[in-house]
Amino acid sequence: MNELTTGFPILTLLTVLPLVGAAIALFSGKHARFVALVSALVSLAVAILIWMRLPIDGSIGMVEHAAWVPSLGIEYHLGVDGLGALMLVLSAIITLMSIDAVQREHHNPGLFFCLVLILESGLFGSFTALNFFHWFMYWELSLIPAFFLIKLWGGQRRGSAATQFFVYTMAGSVALLVSFLAVFLSTGSMNFIKLAQLASTGALEQMVTAHLGPVTMWLAIGVLAGFAVKVPLMPFHTWLPEAYAEAPSPVTMLLTGAMSKMGVYGLIRIALPLFGHQISQIRTPLLVLAATTVVMGAWAAAAQKDLKRVFAYSSVNHLGYCLLGIFALAVPAASHAAQASQAAALNGVILQMFNHGITAAALFWFIAMIQMRTGGHRGIEDFGGLRKPAPVFAGLMGIALFSSLGLPGLNGFVGEFLIFRGVFPLAWVAATVSILGLLITAAVILTVIQKVFTGPVAPHCTNFPDLHYGERMALAPVIGLMFLIGLLPQLIVDSVNPTVINLLAHWRF
Amino acid sequence: MLAWTIYLSFAGALIEALLPKGKAGLARWFALCIALLGLLHAVGGFIQGIGQGRNVIVDVPWVPSMGIHFLLAADGISRVLVLLTGLAAVAGILFSWNVEHRTNEFFAFYLALIGGVYGVFLSFDLFLLFVFYEIAIVPKYFLIAIWGSTRREYGAMKLALYSFVGSAMVLIGLLAAYSTAGSHSTSLIDLAHAGLPVSFQMWCFPLVFIGFAILAGMWPFHTWAPTGHVAAPTAASMLLAGVVMKLGAYGCLRVGMGLFPRGLDAWGWTFLGIGSWRDVFAILAVIGIVYGALVALAQTDFKFVIGYSSVSHMGFVLLGLMTLNQIGVTGAVLQMFSHGVIAGLLFAIVGRVVYDRTHTRQFAELEPMHLARRLPFAAWAFVIAGMASMGLPGFSGFVAELQVLIGAWIAKPWWTVAAGLGIVIGVAYTWRALQKAFFGDRLPTAEEHPKIGWPDLGAITWPEITGVALLTLTSFAVGLYPRILLDTIEPAVKALLAGGGQ
Amino acid sequence: MNYVDLFRVTLPETVLEIAALLVLVVDLGVVRKAALQMRLAVAAIVGIAGCGVAIWSLSMQGSTGLTYGAGNDLILLGVGGYIAAAQVGILVLTALTLLLLTGSVFTRNAGEYVAIVLMAAAGGLLIAAAQDLLVIFIGLELLSLGLYVLTAFAKASAKSAEAAMKYYLFGGMSAAFLLFGFSYLYGLTGSTNLHQILLQLHNGDLYQATPLLNVSVVLIVTGLGFKVAAVPFHLWAPDTYEGAPAPAAAFIASVSKVASFALLIGIATAAVHVFDVPGNAAASGQQLHLGFGGPWMVLLVTLSTASMVLGNLAALVQVSVRRLLAYSAIAHAGYILTAVAFFSYSPLSTNAILYYILTYGLTIIGAFGVISVVERATGSDRVDAFLGLQKRNPLLAAVLLVLFLSLAGIPPLVGFWAKFNLFAAVLSVSAGVVPFTLVALAVAMSAVSLYYYLQVLKRAYVMPAVDDTPIKAHPVTLIVLVAIAAAVVLMGCFPTVLQNWIAGF
Repeated sequence: MNELTTGFPILTLLTVLPLVGAAIALFSGKHARFVALVSALVSLAVAILIWMRLPIDGSIGMVEHAAWVPSLGIEYHLGVDGLGALMLVLSAIITLMSIDAVQREHHNPGLFFCLVLILESGLFGSFTALNFFHWFMYWELSLIPAFFLIKLWGGQRRGSAATQFFVYTMAGSVALLVSFLAVFLSTGSMNFIKLAQLASTGALEQMVTAHLGPVTMWLAIGVLAGFAVKVPLMPFHTWLPEAYAEAPSPVTMLLTGAMSKMGVYGLIRIALPLFGHQISQIRTPLLVLAATTVVMGAWAAAAQKDLKRVFAYSSVNHLGYCLLGIFALAVPAASHAAQASQAAALNGVILQMFNHGITAAALFWFIAMIQMRTGGHRGIEDFGGLRKPAPVFAGLMGIALFSSLGLPGLNGFVGEFLIFRGVFPLAWVAATVSILGLLITAAVILTVIQKVFTGPVAPHCTNFPDLHYGERMALAPVIGLMFLIGLLPQLIVDSVNPTVINLLAHWRF
Repeated sequence: MLAWTIYLSFAGALIEALLPKGKAGLARWFALCIALLGLLHAVGGFIQGIGQGRNVIVDVPWVPSMGIHFLLAADGISRVLVLLTGLAAVAGILFSWNVEHRTNEFFAFYLALIGGVYGVFLSFDLFLLFVFYEIAIVPKYFLIAIWGSTRREYGAMKLALYSFVGSAMVLIGLLAAYSTAGSHSTSLIDLAHAGLPVSFQMWCFPLVFIGFAILAGMWPFHTWAPTGHVAAPTAASMLLAGVVMKLGAYGCLRVGMGLFPRGLDAWGWTFLGIGSWRDVFAILAVIGIVYGALVALAQTDFKFVIGYSSVSHMGFVLLGLMTLNQIGVTGAVLQMFSHGVIAGLLFAIVGRVVYDRTHTRQFAELEPMHLARRLPFAAWAFVIAGMASMGLPGFSGFVAELQVLIGAWIAKPWWTVAAGLGIVIGVAYTWRALQKAFFGDRLPTAEEHPKIGWPDLGAITWPEITGVALLTLTSFAVGLYPRILLDTIEPAVKALLAGGGQ
Repeated sequence: MNYVDLFRVTLPETVLEIAALLVLVVDLGVVRKAALQMRLAVAAIVGIAGCGVAIWSLSMQGSTGLTYGAGNDLILLGVGGYIAAAQVGILVLTALTLLLLTGSVFTRNAGEYVAIVLMAAAGGLLIAAAQDLLVIFIGLELLSLGLYVLTAFAKASAKSAEAAMKYYLFGGMSAAFLLFGFSYLYGLTGSTNLHQILLQLHNGDLYQATPLLNVSVVLIVTGLGFKVAAVPFHLWAPDTYEGAPAPAAAFIASVSKVASFALLIGIATAAVHVFDVPGNAAASGQQLHLGFGGPWMVLLVTLSTASMVLGNLAALVQVSVRRLLAYSAIAHAGYILTAVAFFSYSPLSTNAILYYILTYGLTIIGAFGVISVVERATGSDRVDAFLGLQKRNPLLAAVLLVLFLSLAGIPPLVGFWAKFNLFAAVLSVSAGVVPFTLVALAVAMSAVSLYYYLQVLKRAYVMPAVDDTPIKAHPVTLIVLVAIAAAVVLMGCFPTVLQNWIAGF
């Protein structure tokens, strides 16, 4: 135990910090970007502090616990383990990147940064909450600013994109809410930890059945649906390309980098602990969906002409691996080998969450730069030979692209490798099919590289300015992080692995 | 302390009517002072009442020959609703600051209405309750008919007649209960202990319940609500949705369920799965939830959306009442409070902040105005109100609707499923209204400056900001820390349910 | 019976007749040359003084009624109790209608008008007290003849003449019916005394069996139904209310109604009373509320239902406020008939009916007062004449608001208490489906009534004025109207005052 867990409510502080920043940003007009940057930096510092002070045994630390609405089992209950802390760091990084990526001449910056920071607060909150109500509040809270960010600063079809995004996620939320209502009714608790303990002994299912009849499976499906929309899992993904494409790029960075992780996080923190057994029962169809997501995501990416849509679908594909890993490990593990596979898969999933966040955010950042430099062009066919006028740009974006492709040595590789390492023994068919996705992704990304960077220089690209000093400095840490994790994955794995072991030990499939 | 809310309001109404005409400022400030004093007393009474059960405030024989008493008392439910009335009254006056036409009459009717509402919530004599209930009808009519907008005379008349028909049903039930009980007392407590025969309760309960539920906007007797809300001036629609509909729901709870608890028993036979009045009203409530939401989704008039949303939200109250369990009924009471605050806020934004400036409520005309830029305050206030209205966590509506849903689930799960559907549609119509009214897609370009072609909308005034802040913070406070109200409501509901009435 | 008794018991009537003569003398002899308003004022003052003395003289009546017969056991004229209350009510309401005369221009014959009012009021006093068929008939005729003349009093108005003619023809016919019915009763029982008749009917087991009795009851109900303007004998009412000069209409709507219902109470009380005679009580336990038995109650229930429904529905479509009030009066008569139909000997029913009719009379006088002021200013009694009244004379509008809302039965005004009292009385004296249905119908119908009252109030308060010129009302009229409105509010807030007063007699 360290001193942070005993008294100082650092998680609350972390959640409130962006809100304070948001309030200041709202009224600081032209200086809003600076305010937001400072706020995001401080948040990142606090997040890293939290990450470094985690309990070594992978259990949940820095717990804050207080009664809130006892009659509804609502408590103010916060805490993080390796998974949560990693997500906090990721969120802080992505927010920082996103703010960095915003053009300086921006209309109504006060409101924009205010919303971004509120979104950050929502992310922090949902990654630290251990009570359903509390968690749900932040889950929804993050939705609202995201909606307005798309709605107010998006592209041509922002209206429908924002609405689609909102309605889909909201529908998922209702499914979640109803399922949790049922759980609450049966158990009288909304506490994730307590519920997980009940589930690990099978008592949860008994209680639900006793109260409501044999509906546990439906509750599991409701919860899964809520998360599946957010991640997304095919066929719940249709909101995504539209939203990613229409959102301004900094917002897309937030959407893909951090918000999509809320779904995966939810699966690991909530769905698997509470409904592991049910998920294992419908594992096969889920695996089919996950594999479809992987393959079809990649395939759809190949068919796109718009860079943003390409990466939007490629995001679907990348997150598909996470889903694949999660569903694959949902199986009773008798042997040590199987348990090791599960651990590997889960480690991979968590790593992949982090890596995909960084990489995808970086890619959309690059797209933002392209758009800014060419006055809005972002079709694959619009470019050519960019490496000649802008070699540094091409180089750095290339690194990000290769990371996305999963080149060993870069961060993307480690996560995917661990996932496949874990999934193959557990569900070899799905894994095999998913390999196809890897290949297609590779083809897609290479095509992008080829069309955008090589070949004859497109006429309007001849004056494409290279990255200036400030941009290089801003991008350098991100690219550095990709190499760092690619080369030293244990930086993350070491802190995540105890958590993974701890989690797996308590799950019942 | 609480009784002063009634006296103050009526005295204020009288004085307001006698104030010299043409001094709008004086009339406003006076009304605001009265409302604030009322709120002060309501808050004082609420705080005093924490941890207490029912306490009698005034008990004077009124018509001794018939056993009628001027009996004012308050339990947790009353205190919460009186608090709501105080808030709504103050907010309503703040949003009526721009009433220039016959100002003192406006506030006179307004305060009379408020007084009647306070009276209903505090009466523990059935007869007195009915008197106050009817007193509230007339000022309502005039407020709408004189100061209203769209089809105001129609809306006002419809509202008045619906209310009066409802109260006629209540009166019949009241007379029947009074003569059947034969106890020569009209005190709710005495009547509840009179041991009315079950067969009598069986037919008297639906009569009284429907009578009150008409005012609560229960489907299919809800049609006064949208037209009435739309026709009403801002303050009146705030009060209508904010507190007057609560009168109905309160009556259903206090009188209908309190006096005739056995009226909810099973009939002994079932038809299509309906086996008691409870099933009937619960189904009507669920239909109201879904129907109100669906119709709200199809409206082209901004205020109609809110009007129908009230029908939908009040459906939750009625559903909560019909759960007959602690959590559901508590949720219903909390939802009364929550909807009172939120609907008031929504109507204030639509009626005062937007309509009084743009003079249109049609989405088609509001869309290109791009109000989000021209009236950012209105837009963001509506965003917050909309979030509260659709029941996002952190606002009062969530806790309330959650409790109702849980209660309904305990009672009959499929009610919850249907009501959940209503919530989903609720999100859709709120969001649709929000987009169409404030965040129109047709953006004026840089050259086509938004100011061109439209009249100056005028700055947001301090009463509007104060009013929005008051209601938003209330909803937020209750949403974040619902125990401030729940601790008061729960014991009262418990007593009401356990006592087989009072 | 001796003449001292007769004089003692009919003291109020005598005072009224003397006052009527005095009015004539003063008007013709003393102020003949004065201006019309002066003459009206003098006549009214004398008339009101007469009413005042008559009220005082009520206390000189003593406590025993006028009796005759061998053992002095047959009551001719009752005294005290509800009768005294009704009589005080009649006198007060008469005085109020006289007060409304100020500023009137419909006639030049001030003295005659007041004299006839006083005589008619004397007829009203008589029927309120009468316990004998012949006295009833004489009283009714005295009252009715006065009313016919009063209706025709606006000689310049063709409407007035037409209304009076209709009223007279209908009235004459109904009197004939009544008399016919009375004669059958006399033939069946050999007595003209109400109590005696009912005792005979009961003892002879006649009260259900004979077709002749049924015929007679039908005829009597027809005659009385005409007096209280119950459907289907209501046809005179709208025309009379519309055509008569406003003070006369107010008199017809209030005093004559009070007297007629007092008569109904008398008949009903007598009927119920008989069955309470020791020895008969056990046998007649179930028929305690049947009164005449036979068709009596059925007829009353029918009249009541028809009046409530038709009166209210017809009022919905009226454009003349006077006709509207006429139909609303029919509806109100319907409510009261419910209580007459389900009557009990206990004072509950009597008090409730009296309470209702007295407060109704008061309210309707005020309403006609407002109408007369508006009529004088606009020349019309159409609902549109009330447009913008709130702006033209706020006080008058406020009075109208209070009175009409009271008529609609909105608490806490007195009209609400009257209704509540009445319906509570019906339900507490007789359980069963029919009375309950009737009460339910009455309550539902009073919900309907709100619509037409609001139609007038809407014009007064809501709709914009066509003509903004202020309406001036005579200060006396205004004071009277405000006093009436204040009474309506105060009696509503303190309903026990009037209740105790009625019960105190």
